[in-house]
Amino acid sequence: MGDAVPLNDSTAVVDTVADVQARYVATPESTEQAAAVLRMATERGLKVVPRGTATKLEWGKPPDRVDILLDTSRLVGIVDHAAGDLVVRVRAGTPMSRLAGTLFPKRQRLSLSTRLPVQDGYVGGTVGGTIAANPSSQLRYGFGTIRDLLIGVTVVLADGTIAHAGGGVVKNVAGYDLGKLLVGSLGTLGVVTEAVFRLHPAPSATRLVTVEVDQGEIAGWLAAALRRAQLAPSAVEVDAWNDGAVTVGVLVEGVPNGVVARSEAAARILGRDAEITVVEGPSELPDWWLSPATDAAGTSLRIAVPPSVAGPMVDIVRATSARAGVTVTCRGSLGAGVLHAGLSGEYDVEPVAALVEELRELAAKHEGTVLVESAARDVHRALGKRGTDAFGPIPALPLMERLKHEFDPDRVLAPGRFAGAI
Amino acid sequence: MRIRTKAANPLSPLCTKLRSRIGAEKVVDDPTELETYACDGLAQYRVQPGLVVLADDADDVQAAVQECVAAEIPFVARGSGTGLSGGALPRADGVLIVAARMRGIKTIDPDDVCAVVEPGVINLDVSRAAAPHGLHYAPDPSSQQICSIGGNVAENSGGAHCLKYGFTTNHVTGVELVTPDGGRLRIGGRAAEYPGYDLLGAYVGSEGTLGITTEVTVRLTRDPEDVRTLLAAFETIDEAGAAVSAVIGAGVVPAAIEMMDALAIEAAEVAVGCGYPEGAGAVLLVEIDGPATEVQHTFEEVQRHCAESGAFEVRVAKDDTERALLWRGRKSAFAAVGRISPNYIIQDGVIPRTTLPEVLHAMTELASSAGVRVANVFHAGDGNLHPLVLFDAAVEGEEERAEEVSGAILDLCIEHGGSITGEHGVGVDKAKHMPKMFTADDLDTMQRVRCAFDPAGLANPGKVFPTPRMCGEVPRVHSADEARNDRRADEATPNGAEVF
Repeated sequence: MGDAVPLNDSTAVVDTVADVQARYVATPESTEQAAAVLRMATERGLKVVPRGTATKLEWGKPPDRVDILLDTSRLVGIVDHAAGDLVVRVRAGTPMSRLAGTLFPKRQRLSLSTRLPVQDGYVGGTVGGTIAANPSSQLRYGFGTIRDLLIGVTVVLADGTIAHAGGGVVKNVAGYDLGKLLVGSLGTLGVVTEAVFRLHPAPSATRLVTVEVDQGEIAGWLAAALRRAQLAPSAVEVDAWNDGAVTVGVLVEGVPNGVVARSEAAARILGRDAEITVVEGPSELPDWWLSPATDAAGTSLRIAVPPSVAGPMVDIVRATSARAGVTVTCRGSLGAGVLHAGLSGEYDVEPVAALVEELRELAAKHEGTVLVESAARDVHRALGKRGTDAFGPIPALPLMERLKHEFDPDRVLAPGRFAGAI
Repeated sequence: MRIRTKAANPLSPLCTKLRSRIGAEKVVDDPTELETYACDGLAQYRVQPGLVVLADDADDVQAAVQECVAAEIPFVARGSGTGLSGGALPRADGVLIVAARMRGIKTIDPDDVCAVVEPGVINLDVSRAAAPHGLHYAPDPSSQQICSIGGNVAENSGGAHCLKYGFTTNHVTGVELVTPDGGRLRIGGRAAEYPGYDLLGAYVGSEGTLGITTEVTVRLTRDPEDVRTLLAAFETIDEAGAAVSAVIGAGVVPAAIEMMDALAIEAAEVAVGCGYPEGAGAVLLVEIDGPATEVQHTFEEVQRHCAESGAFEVRVAKDDTERALLWRGRKSAFAAVGRISPNYIIQDGVIPRTTLPEVLHAMTELASSAGVRVANVFHAGDGNLHPLVLFDAAVEGEEERAEEVSGAILDLCIEHGGSITGEHGVGVDKAKHMPKMFTADDLDTMQRVRCAFDPAGLANPGKVFPTPRMCGEVPRVHSADEARNDRRADEATPNGAEVF
């Protein structure tokens, strides 16, 4: 197939996807090489799962089979940072931290994370992995998610077709927006090899305003008051455990004078117990701000509800988890209405599956949904026994299955990992 | 071009069926009346539709699509008909389904900061309805007083303020649609996201080729605390371009930053007497909005950058009336060009903003060597150019020359890494230019999406793509048994070392 693609046999434990052992690891160095791997896989009936730094490889359902891990660790580098145009073109295997490190000296950023490039060994996910997994972002309240920032994409389909969509300019309506379809697709439609993002200027000042309240519902009132105010915060977050206080955090970014006035106004809304933290680096952000709601071994639920329901939903998550005997951490965007419930500690899988269904019923009353972002295999099995899965009911599932069929008729890419029969 | 249907309408059987199903008054087959729907905002393309359905609700739309599907007749959706790429150009052998009567604003919800509206609702009416709550709908195409939300969804419309606030796709959280096979489907809703593929992301901007929108849920935006607007006059386009670079380079994200050149200013002056500074080779209109303290700081910075880049006059709007006055020239610019030229082509190309001076010089050369006048109005912040190529159709050869220049401008945009359309869409007008920007594989991949939504190819055929893709067999749904077989096949796969 022309250039040889570096490939190794694998029996290593690290080369698994949700406990499914991969047989080979391919490390293409170019889009063309990635295409060659996929073409060969299709010809030979092999199944492929793309992998970046494997931070979210457990997301979705366990794949039916993994023959080849298509590892993007050699598909790295910033292709072009057009600082004057606030646009960056980057290869998919590039760690997000490295991208941030390139942008930071130019006082720009990809507005997904408040994490600055740090020197403590933090790597984080890759560009491609972030597109495929679509982790929720704290900055989504002010800037949206990766779907709102991705303006161009190069993708390799299962049959080796190399396709581009979007382009190198922010404003562009030529052709279908394939990039958005790939966001959150968990590698089931194609392998992203290159992406173009719109950037934002990095703020020159940042402050975090926090307050502790007794209940999610009260936190919800505060979020509603913030929505009515004209302070334009970048993030409105919540952090809660099974019991005890519920913390609300409001991130204000901008020019120094503006941030002082806005953080004080936000503090007045949050009440007299509000605290203002001047943020000059990630070390000044609280631990909960920098950590996901669940550890790698736990079960992570992603709950999306209309904004006005987010506060009460925190209370519902706490109460239902307590009844199920599960330890829960509930964090996320109170402002945007996207929460994470991280279930940890020792628990039986049956009550967890029942909890997911109960939360789904409650969320559905408000047009909300509960996605099991990641979970152990036995939780997936328990959900299956109840006639559901990690994704829950999706009205447009038949259309999604047709889309998968058009892109990957032989189910080469991560079969079984996505919703329904995808 | 003009295509007229014959006296005996071949769609008569369909017409009869539809009339009995949804009511006679909603189905138009009178040739004179049909002729009024022959074009959208891009009037150089005209096709008299075979039939027109004036839908009152989603049931009407669904009935029309279902009858079309049964008879294998293509259909085209239309909102207010203001599109500038011929996206709603009818088919002589098909049905035009008009959503303009579906004008109900179902909900304005200040708590969930959203609105639920029917597709025929006028863009500006959403903001008007939300105004008592201190909210507005952010995407604001220049046609916002007449264009419909359904059309905005089809075209992924932008507007002057999308530089800061984003496009339609960033503000729509849910749609209800009639799928091309006649089904009803809801994608998204009031929450920020829903599990599964982001079909909404593919649907918004698909120009009516993936279905017909019957309801839209949009996110509303809090009105900014403060808005400040200035007009800066420069002797040359280069100076104005330098000011834009300085502003963006300083980390400022204006709500809008618009530029007009001398010819566009002249036209606006003739049309609305906007009173822009005399002798300006270019004007910049810059709007900053947000929290008051931020705006104050940033606005001073913008004024400084304009002065340093050579502005000979800077006018600052003191109130809303003065702001409206400053905007008046810009907002009237397209129509105003009609005062200085009998005909003109509105182009819609995009370039990386930093290449602006270079591209403008190349454009000037292009125009002067072809002997064609080009007026420039553009969203300078995001490099979205709207060159207006002037011609007189009565003079032989002028129209052809204008079209050549217009096409060459798109080539310039592509050469500089830009796009053939920033907000007007591909439609019928630019389908032929798509291969300049995308490979055959790119276009084929996009059409796989179309095959999933519309395997029969009945929804707005002939738009967006230069050539249709034949869709394969109807897909089978993968069963659990097959998944198990996949796992068993594991043992039969070859040794990797030989494979590679």
